[in-house]
Amino acid sequence: MKLRMVILATAAALAAASGGRALAADEVVIGDIDDMSGVYADVMGAAGVEVVRWAVADFGGTVLGKKITVLSADHQNKPDIGAAKFREWADQSGLNMLLGGSNTGVNIAMAKVAAAKKVPLFNIGPGGASLTNEDCTAYSVHYTYDTVALANGTATAIVNAGGKSWFYLTADYAFGTQLQAAASKVVEGHGGKNLGAVRVPLGAADFSSFLLQAQASGAQVLGLANAGTDFSNSLKAANEFGITKTMKPAALLAFITDINSLGLPAAQGLYLTTAWYWDLSPETRAFGKRFFAKFNREPTMDQAGAYSATLTYLKAVKAVGSTDPDKVMAELKKAKINDMFTKGGYIRADGAMIHDMYVMQVKTPKESKYPWDYYRLVKKMSGEEAFGPITGLCPLAPK
Amino acid sequence: MRAQPVLYSLAVLFALAVPLLGIYPVFMMQLLCFAMFACAYNLLLGFGRMLSFGHAAFFGFAAYATGWLVSAHGWGPGFAILAGVAAAALLGLVIGALAIRRQGIYFAMITLALAQLVYFVCLEAPFTGGENGLQGIPRGTLFWLLPLHSDVVMYYVVLATFVAVFALIRRVVHSPFGQVLKAIRDNEPRAISLGYEINRYKLLAFVLSATLAGLAGSLKALVFGFVTLADVQQSTSGDVVLMTLLGGTGTFFGPVLGAGIVVTLQQYLSDVVGGWVTAIIGATFVACVLAFRRGIVGELTLLASRARRTLRPARG
Repeated sequence: MKLRMVILATAAALAAASGGRALAADEVVIGDIDDMSGVYADVMGAAGVEVVRWAVADFGGTVLGKKITVLSADHQNKPDIGAAKFREWADQSGLNMLLGGSNTGVNIAMAKVAAAKKVPLFNIGPGGASLTNEDCTAYSVHYTYDTVALANGTATAIVNAGGKSWFYLTADYAFGTQLQAAASKVVEGHGGKNLGAVRVPLGAADFSSFLLQAQASGAQVLGLANAGTDFSNSLKAANEFGITKTMKPAALLAFITDINSLGLPAAQGLYLTTAWYWDLSPETRAFGKRFFAKFNREPTMDQAGAYSATLTYLKAVKAVGSTDPDKVMAELKKAKINDMFTKGGYIRADGAMIHDMYVMQVKTPKESKYPWDYYRLVKKMSGEEAFGPITGLCPLAPK
Repeated sequence: MRAQPVLYSLAVLFALAVPLLGIYPVFMMQLLCFAMFACAYNLLLGFGRMLSFGHAAFFGFAAYATGWLVSAHGWGPGFAILAGVAAAALLGLVIGALAIRRQGIYFAMITLALAQLVYFVCLEAPFTGGENGLQGIPRGTLFWLLPLHSDVVMYYVVLATFVAVFALIRRVVHSPFGQVLKAIRDNEPRAISLGYEINRYKLLAFVLSATLAGLAGSLKALVFGFVTLADVQQSTSGDVVLMTLLGGTGTFFGPVLGAGIVVTLQQYLSDVVGGWVTAIIGATFVACVLAFRRGIVGELTLLASRARRTLRPARG
């Protein structure tokens, strides 16, 4: 009796096995894993998925005669969720390319999966320069900006303007520590001094004790090595405590959405570095207008970067006539990138996309003439100046 | 004929056929790791009635130990797992020895506090990678014999370990030790008056549970190739309580089912509803506590035994 049941069950299981799902080979799959609900949701988030869809539609919806599908997932700022999702898509959904949204920690975890599964990974949202150094892979492209470029832009501008002694409020994970390290190096290199730092957990609700430590340091500059709502909340708190009267805040990474939520009275005079601004040229304004019509706000540099990266990838696929990851990566590292995001950008051997960066200063309420007229251009940095030379830490790119 | 052996053999057959059925093996491995974790927890809660709020400490600490030994010191996966398990056992001995001095809510609070301590050690210690965790842990070759790179091979290793742990827990519960543990659970003063050194039994149960939870954590570290703070966080301790209660405490299969439900919900619902998963799982938990006190398997067993009781006189 029992034996018969066992045999029956085995037969049933084997019969069901034939119904296993095969990978879809007739489509090109692009994924986007980002913080869709947390502190970085406004930086790229759901609107970022939408601009990726725009890029696909603008490309024609198909490449090499295959339909292009876009997948998206929320990593909730947890490296384990991001890496597991990426792995699952690579194994199950035939993923061809992944856009990595905000959060350096999650992107480092996903880079390991990219290397193991040989899926090109465009790091759009993370800042950590380690993605093209210690954590580089043959399949990574660091697209929008990195901590080195931010520090070279903002910290240099502030030190040159007289802000010589710094204290940092640092987000306590890979991005914050790397940004602080990069800024410290620039400050010292220009004859400034680093007086100390305090590490703050991601998504902290109360900044008061950290800000008091900063105030007690007696530094001239409060370096905010954080991002997203962490940045705007900490700056708001610094304003409320009156710390901004004695210390000059430095936005080491600020997005236009942060400036909007702070308001110009609180944010005026801040120096910041950005890869893209909506009001730079007719092309950027056109993209801004399109975005504004849908979301009622101007796009961040990450959203513009996500759009551009998707097009860049699809163009490379078309050029080599294949989605083979090695061929596509070789093409990506050869071609120049010319679109509304950048002119003459190129992907270096270590995976960094080298392009112009802009040092901006936030306008005063009086200077601002129309909605979202927030930045005054201080300096345009060439890609080489912003991202610096190859460090040699990435085995793919010897010094 | 009894239903149980048939059900078990069906479950094992299904598990063996998983890679053939087109079910994603990594997902099944995650499920099995959490099922193992929940079974280990059930040993403590279901058979010892000790409500620990800090079991993720053992799970995560073992995962960190294994991950660190493999990635930083090049240990093989087999020895790294054993070392992780040993670390969890040691940690269980320390935390258990302190916690079992108190009962009920005080016991729970002590485990919670000590687990938070472990969490902060994992956050700040130099070898854990802080907020980033340990990444890119290679699976390697098990005892120089079995390369684990293939998901299917790894799946069968996890499955075999799970079956062994499940059988071990059944054996322990049915042993004289398990009987005494249940006696302590049901009436502690009576067990004392019968001359049992109850603290020794409780400590042994605690260490055993921590050890098996550590085994689950070590395996998970190798399955995914990373360990993060989520593994040692309070919410993971909460998840395992939820899995065990939802499936049915004090039943053997309950925690497995509970883990299956919670992991599946977390995995597939999060794509649909995003951050609402936590709220939905919370609501499920409330419904379970209000409507099925014994958990799903507990209620089903009760129904089955009632049906048998009402049928028997009718037949006779």
